[in-house]
Amino acid sequence: MSTVTPIDPATRIAIRLDGVSKRFVLPNKQTLDAVRNVSLQVRAGDVFGLIGTSGAGKSTLLRLINRLEQPDGGRVFVGEREITALGKAELRLARQSMGMVFQQFNLLQNASVFDNVAFPLRIHGKRSPGDIFRRVRECLQIVGLLDKVDSYPAQLSGGQKQRVAIARALATNPEVLLCDEPTSALDSETTRSVLDTLRDINLRLGVTIVIVTHELAVVRALCKHVAVMEHGEVAEQFAVAEPSSVPRTALGRELTRQMAQADAREELDRLEAAYA
Amino acid sequence: MPDLSNVIAILPELWTATGQTLAMLAIGLSAAVLIGGPLGVLLFLLGPGQSLERPALFGVLNWFVNTVRSFPFIILLVALVPFTRVIAGTSIGPVAAAVPLSFAAIPYFARLVEQNLRDVPRGVIEAAHAMGASELQIVLRVLLVEARSGLVLALTVLAISFLSYSAVAGVVGGGGIGDLAIRYGYYRFQTDVMVLTVALLIVLVQIIQFTGNRLARRLDKR
Repeated sequence: MSTVTPIDPATRIAIRLDGVSKRFVLPNKQTLDAVRNVSLQVRAGDVFGLIGTSGAGKSTLLRLINRLEQPDGGRVFVGEREITALGKAELRLARQSMGMVFQQFNLLQNASVFDNVAFPLRIHGKRSPGDIFRRVRECLQIVGLLDKVDSYPAQLSGGQKQRVAIARALATNPEVLLCDEPTSALDSETTRSVLDTLRDINLRLGVTIVIVTHELAVVRALCKHVAVMEHGEVAEQFAVAEPSSVPRTALGRELTRQMAQADAREELDRLEAAYA
Repeated sequence: MPDLSNVIAILPELWTATGQTLAMLAIGLSAAVLIGGPLGVLLFLLGPGQSLERPALFGVLNWFVNTVRSFPFIILLVALVPFTRVIAGTSIGPVAAAVPLSFAAIPYFARLVEQNLRDVPRGVIEAAHAMGASELQIVLRVLLVEARSGLVLALTVLAISFLSYSAVAGVVGGGGIGDLAIRYGYYRFQTDVMVLTVALLIVLVQIIQFTGNRLARRLDKR
């Protein structure tokens, strides 16, 4: 059993997982249960962190949401749609409403920033070149890289590449943004710029974000809710800002300790400011 | 003053021969790109760990490519004569010689394409899947875009290999520069003609490689 903060029935659910499982067959014929019977709900407008040690199944769980990995059991809903019930062509269409951001950016190296962001718009046809032009510029404006529209990825820094990847993920106006270790290849300075961009997107556009990370600092800076995964299962789940919850996993305790420390530091700063 | 009479006497024929060589290359390379290219893409997509993985079909294609590539070209040339007659209507001349040339070039280029596509990072293909791209869109908008400079270099390698293969085609009356070198330079001991034709081939190879390198560099934004 995991501690789940009860969700007000009036809250819209953006993503719902019902008992999903994923088993991999390893090259040595052994099997690995990467995700075991996980049920999870993500509120619309939430920033939901998936944390855990490496191999805990957090990336696999994220990839089950847009079916980059085919679940062996269970059901996945995004909005009203049951993703696990869709055929191949329907799934391709549904993926328009699920943006994805990767650790290694995965931009087309031989395409300009403009063409990279335009990619998801062009593959789903029916948009005029003028519409595409406007939308690409809008998205680059959101991530603050309009001046790089004609650059190639090789000319950008890591943080800029990731922000281009975020602009690309936003191009089709997705309801949810799936982020797989988006800052793990970046230094702390550029990590901050990427996190600021993600927070901005969540606040201004209301896009629901699910973010897989092994960095607790990312959770502290960005997430409203967090699920800790252990051995393919959700070991616990809580609201990041609620110190009342009693964490049971090592990661949960560490996160709570860091949050408390940050609170204490803030309190101290406020007192110092008051007495200065 | 060296005696240039052999060389001068050969010039009109050399002109025709150059045209024949270029015709053979053009037909062979077109067949390689139009048939070998898609075959190479298929070989990549059907291969282990790829999105259209089909072990049986991949095995058959893989076996076919390896088998055709293991024939010495001169054997293929002779063995295909009946087939050439059907396709080209004759077994003599540059167009006829282009048939076995194409036959050899198709699996050769297919293999080069497959290898180049394997160098496209998996993550980029995965990102395209995550955006809802179809297989065809991934081929046209991801694989060919990311591998384009490698593919140009592959075509360069192919063109140079087949420039020398086309010399062998002289054996079945294919004509061409290499054929001229054998008939005059080798059989008639006209060393000056031999030197001239080889020099011409060297120039052609340099031009092909130079053009290929330049184009590849211009296409590569990585």
